[in-house]
Amino acid sequence: MLFYIFAVLAILSGAYMVLTRNLLYAGFSLLITLLSIAGIYVLLFADFIAVTQLMVYVGGVLVLLLFGIMLSSRVHDKSVLSENVNTIWGTLVAGLIFVGLSYAILKANISSLPWLQTTELDVLGNQKSTVQSIGIKLMTDFVLPFELASLLLLMALMGAAYIATDKQKV
Amino acid sequence: MLAFVLTLVLLLLIVIVLAYAERKVAAFMQDRLGPTEAGPYGSLQSVLDVLKLLQKEDIVPAAADKSLFKLAPILIFAAVFAGFAVIPFTPDLVPAGIGIGVFYLLAIISLDVVGLLMAGWGSNNKYAMLGAMRSVAQIVSYEIPAGLAILSVVMVCQSLDFQEISYQQGVLMQIFPGLEYEANWLFGIEALGLETTNIGGITTWNIFRAPILLVAFVIYFIASLAESNRAPFDIPEAESELVAGFHVEYSGFRFAILFLAEYSMMVLVSLVAVILFLGSWNTPLPNIGPLQLANWTTGTIGELSSILWGGFWLLSKTFVLLFLQLQIRWTYPRLRVDQLMHLCWKVLTPIALGIVLLAGIWRLLMI
Repeated sequence: MLFYIFAVLAILSGAYMVLTRNLLYAGFSLLITLLSIAGIYVLLFADFIAVTQLMVYVGGVLVLLLFGIMLSSRVHDKSVLSENVNTIWGTLVAGLIFVGLSYAILKANISSLPWLQTTELDVLGNQKSTVQSIGIKLMTDFVLPFELASLLLLMALMGAAYIATDKQKV
Repeated sequence: MLAFVLTLVLLLLIVIVLAYAERKVAAFMQDRLGPTEAGPYGSLQSVLDVLKLLQKEDIVPAAADKSLFKLAPILIFAAVFAGFAVIPFTPDLVPAGIGIGVFYLLAIISLDVVGLLMAGWGSNNKYAMLGAMRSVAQIVSYEIPAGLAILSVVMVCQSLDFQEISYQQGVLMQIFPGLEYEANWLFGIEALGLETTNIGGITTWNIFRAPILLVAFVIYFIASLAESNRAPFDIPEAESELVAGFHVEYSGFRFAILFLAEYSMMVLVSLVAVILFLGSWNTPLPNIGPLQLANWTTGTIGELSSILWGGFWLLSKTFVLLFLQLQIRWTYPRLRVDQLMHLCWKVLTPIALGIVLLAGIWRLLMI
């Protein structure tokens, strides 16, 4: 039941985000989409992922987006509006992807997958959250991707600092 | 549901007391009397203020973005109030005891920022817009030293659960499931050989268990002042330049909600500071030989006595921190924007990073 509430909220706000012309409203409806997806993560016993989603996307990315919109608009005393371009190609590609995805999902027959039938409902077991297992996995099995991601982030940080510095004109 | 109502009522009471205390403290520090008319010593003043606010007309500016303008106060208060869900009030009373409470709290508070932007934009007023911008920039940057200070506590405690962190800081530690074989040592150093597990009191508070956290506490407290837009970090609401910042266009009930959200934020950051650093609901009095002060002032788990003692200690420590916030407000002048950013990025953040490293080393001494 809760899942359907979150799913409907996510779909509605996502559709509104795409359809509205006002960029700022699109930003705020993205907030609702992200929150409902976090709710769905919680229902999937992925509490850490849900909170990380809030932390990174709502606290970081969304605020940055809104800041960008607010700083760049109101120049001529009107909100930023998005335009429609490539209507035919956009519809075509989106429609094809939709058809392909639904075909794949319908073909997959998810409920009869072997691991899904043998898995237990008690996902967490004795643990109170998934943090511990995620931490251990990150430091053992997935240490290389983890370190690569941190290296990438460091590079992005240095690049941002370089772009933002005042370049003295010689 | 019961927890929701109880927390809301408790919060309203604390905020009313705090609003009264703010006016009285301000008055005494400026050699005035403060409110005196309503009730004995003016103690009904803030109750009447709330009643007045509720009767006022709810004005929505004609040029405002109406839906955003109306939604913003609700979002701001909801974000702050959602943070209270994971706060343990007594040893066995916590609205939602989730395992990643600390992380959740940090994330949910960042929702507040979106509400502020919404209010600033929706008001269609340049003061409100500037106030919101300043406020968001300040909150987003001060989240970093605050987060690092909290991270050092998490590293020492090895837990993201507020209730587990609370149990670790007192005589009841071994009652908590999963901590049965843990022990507390003086300053957290096992090599000293002085076990404080059964002494409790102030010797097991986090700032005493790992004295490095005392520095983290100071950093967190400074950052928390900035996050709740309190002086000396109140440039988002600087009366002399911006009238009132992002809530300049609000009146009546909506203003009351914003006011409540702001004071709730103060209460929330103080509660978090108390829980993480100052021993949560544990008593400050240690057991000294036959004088079992800690046991006497803790009560028995599951009985009324532990609820009363726990609530009493938690709230009284919180009020001490709140009083400190008020006192700082009337002592220090406002920082300039560049000083604000200098303090955050060049002073607090490097120190906090160092603390995180040292806390990790300290944890090795504690095993």
